[in-house]
Amino acid sequence: MADPALSIRAVTAGYLRDLPILFDVDLVAEAGKITTIIGPNGAGKSTLIKAIAGLVPVTSGTVRHGGTDITGLRPDRMAAHGIAYVPQTDNIFRSLTIRENLDLALRRAGLRRDAIRARLLAQFPALQAKLGDKAGSLSGGQRQFLALANALATEPRTILMDEPSAGLSPRAAEEVLEMARGLTETGVTILLVEQNVTQALRLSDHCYILAEGRNQIDGKAADLLGDPVVAEIYLGGKRLRVGA
Amino acid sequence: MIGLLSYLVFFATVATILAIAVLGLNLQWGNTGLFNGGVAAFFGAGAYGTLILGGTPQAGHLGGFAMPYPLALLGGMAVAAALAWGVGRLTLKLRHDYLAIATFGVAVAFENVMRNAEWLSGGAKGLRGFERPLQEGIGSGLAYNALYLAFVASLLLLTYLFLERLVSSPFGRLLRAIREDEEAARSLGKNPAKVRLTAFVTGSVIMGMAGGLYATFYAFVSPQDVLPILTFQIWAMLIVGGAGNNRGAILGAFLMWGAWTASGWALSRHAPVEAQIYAGSIQYVLIGSVIVGMLLWRPQGLFPERLVVSQSGGATRPAPAK
Ligand SMILES: Nc1ncnc2c1ncn2[C@@H]1O[C@H](COP(=O)(O)OP(=O)(O)OP(=O)(O)O)[C@@H](O)[C@H]1O
Ligand SMILES: [Mg+2]
Repeated sequence: MADPALSIRAVTAGYLRDLPILFDVDLVAEAGKITTIIGPNGAGKSTLIKAIAGLVPVTSGTVRHGGTDITGLRPDRMAAHGIAYVPQTDNIFRSLTIRENLDLALRRAGLRRDAIRARLLAQFPALQAKLGDKAGSLSGGQRQFLALANALATEPRTILMDEPSAGLSPRAAEEVLEMARGLTETGVTILLVEQNVTQALRLSDHCYILAEGRNQIDGKAADLLGDPVVAEIYLGGKRLRVGA
Repeated sequence: MIGLLSYLVFFATVATILAIAVLGLNLQWGNTGLFNGGVAAFFGAGAYGTLILGGTPQAGHLGGFAMPYPLALLGGMAVAAALAWGVGRLTLKLRHDYLAIATFGVAVAFENVMRNAEWLSGGAKGLRGFERPLQEGIGSGLAYNALYLAFVASLLLLTYLFLERLVSSPFGRLLRAIREDEEAARSLGKNPAKVRLTAFVTGSVIMGMAGGLYATFYAFVSPQDVLPILTFQIWAMLIVGGAGNNRGAILGAFLMWGAWTASGWALSRHAPVEAQIYAGSIQYVLIGSVIVGMLLWRPQGLFPERLVVSQSGGATRPAPAK
C-alpha cells in the first residue's frame, strides 16, 4: 500500500504547554480520500486540525505528510509542503475583494498565477461574477467557496477543513461538501471536521470519532453508518462515554 | 506683514515635517496595527544621525563627518532603520499593550543616552556644528525658509504618494489581510512576523526622515527635541486625523500643530502671570484631553479609513454597488 497522505501518531498537543487538549491521538488520512473527524463540542477536533497545521504546539508524537515529518513546522511553511488549512470561521479576508483574496493566495504562484486563477474561477463560477466585490459581501456558502479557492490557490496535496458546512443552509452545505468530494477526484486528500454526523458518514471514506481529546472509534464510514453503537451515541442523542 | 509671512512659513515647515512623521506612524498603526509608543526615538535617530553625519567636525562629541546633505539625511534614515530593525526583532512578538510599553521604554532610553553620552551626542547641550545646506548662497532669511518649506513639502508629497501606492500594492493587501486575520494569512503561507517587521522599519525610516528634516531646519538637536511629549503629539495628530487614512494623518498634523501653537500663544498672552510657569503643563493637559476626547467621541478620527468592514462580516459600503 502507498504511503498515507497524512499520518498522525500518538500526538499530544494543547494551547498551553502544561495543559494538553489532545492525548495520544492517532489518525491516518489516505491519499485522494475524504477522512472526517466527528465528536461532541469541545472534543478537540479543531485543536487536532490546528495541531496538524502547525498552529497549536505538539508536545509529543509525530505528524507526517507524504513521508515527510512536519511536526511543529511553522504554519506559514505548511503551504510549501502542500498542506492547506481552512479555518472554521474567519477563513477569508472580508475587507479585500474576491480577486484580491485570490491574488493574495496566489502570490507564490509566479508565472502560473493567471492560469491557476482562471482554473479556480472555472471551478467556482459563483466567484467569477463577483471578482470586484468585497469578500465580506458574500453569502455563507460563497464564503466557504472562496475559502476553498484560496486554499486551492496554494496548490495543496492535502486540505484540512474545519466544519466547512457550519452555519450554512442545507443546500449550501450540500454544495460545499459536493465540492470537497469533487476535489478528491483530482487526487487531493481531504481531512475535515463535520458536525452533521449522518452527512459526515455519507460523505467520507473513513471516519474518526474523537471525545475529550482522545480517539474513540474509527472505521470505514459505511461501517460506522450501520454501527448500532454509533447510531445510539450520535443519532440517539446519548453522550459519548470516555474510553467506550 | 513680513513678520506674519515669516511666521506662517515657520509654522508650515514644522507642521509639514511633523506630518511626515504622522504618515510613518500611520503605516505602523493605521495600516499594520503596530502600537509604536516610541516615535520620539525613531524621529530622534534620524535627527541625530543626520546632524552627526552632515555636520562639521566638533571637539567633544562624535562627528561631524561633513557628508553631502542628501547622504547625511539618508544616513539619518538608515540609523532610524537600524534602530527599528533591532527593536522590531525584539518586540514585535509582543501584544499591542506590551509593544507600546516596550517601545515607550526604548524612547525613554534613547533620550537618556542622548542626554548622558556626551561623546556621542553632545549631551544635554545638544549637537551643534551643522550648517544648513545651500545656506551660503541663499542666506538665512525668509527666502531660505520658503525654499526649505518647498523642499519638505515635496518630501511630504513623495512620502504620501509612496504610501498610497504601498497600501494598494500586493504588500498593502498583505498588511490588510494579516491585520484582519492572522491565522488565515499564515495558512496561505504568509509570514506575519516578516511583514510586520518590514512595515515597522519602513514607518520608522519615515519618522527618521522627519527627524532629520526637523534637525536640519533648526541646525540643532538636543534631548529636549526627543521627549516623550513628541510621541504623544504625533499620536494625537494621527488620532485626530483618522488612523488608516493618509490624508487624514496630514490634516491631523496641521490641525494639532495649529492647536498646540495657538494654545501656547494664548496661554503666554492671557494666562495670569502666576500661571505662566505652568503654561507648558497646561498644554500637556490639553493634548491629553484631545486624545481622550477623540477616543471617546470620535475614535475613527475626523477622516476615517475609507474602507470599513464590520466585525459581524457584512461590509458597510457607503456607495451602492455598480
Ligand atoms: N485558543 C484556545 N486556548 C486555550 N484553550 C482552547 C483554545 N481553543 C479551544 N480551547 C479548548 O480546547 C478544547 C477543545 O476545543 P476545540 O475547539 O478543539 O473543540 P472542537 O471539538 O473543535 O469543538 P466544536 O465542536 O465546538 O468546534 C476545549 O476545551 C476548548 O476550551
Ligand atoms: Mg471546532
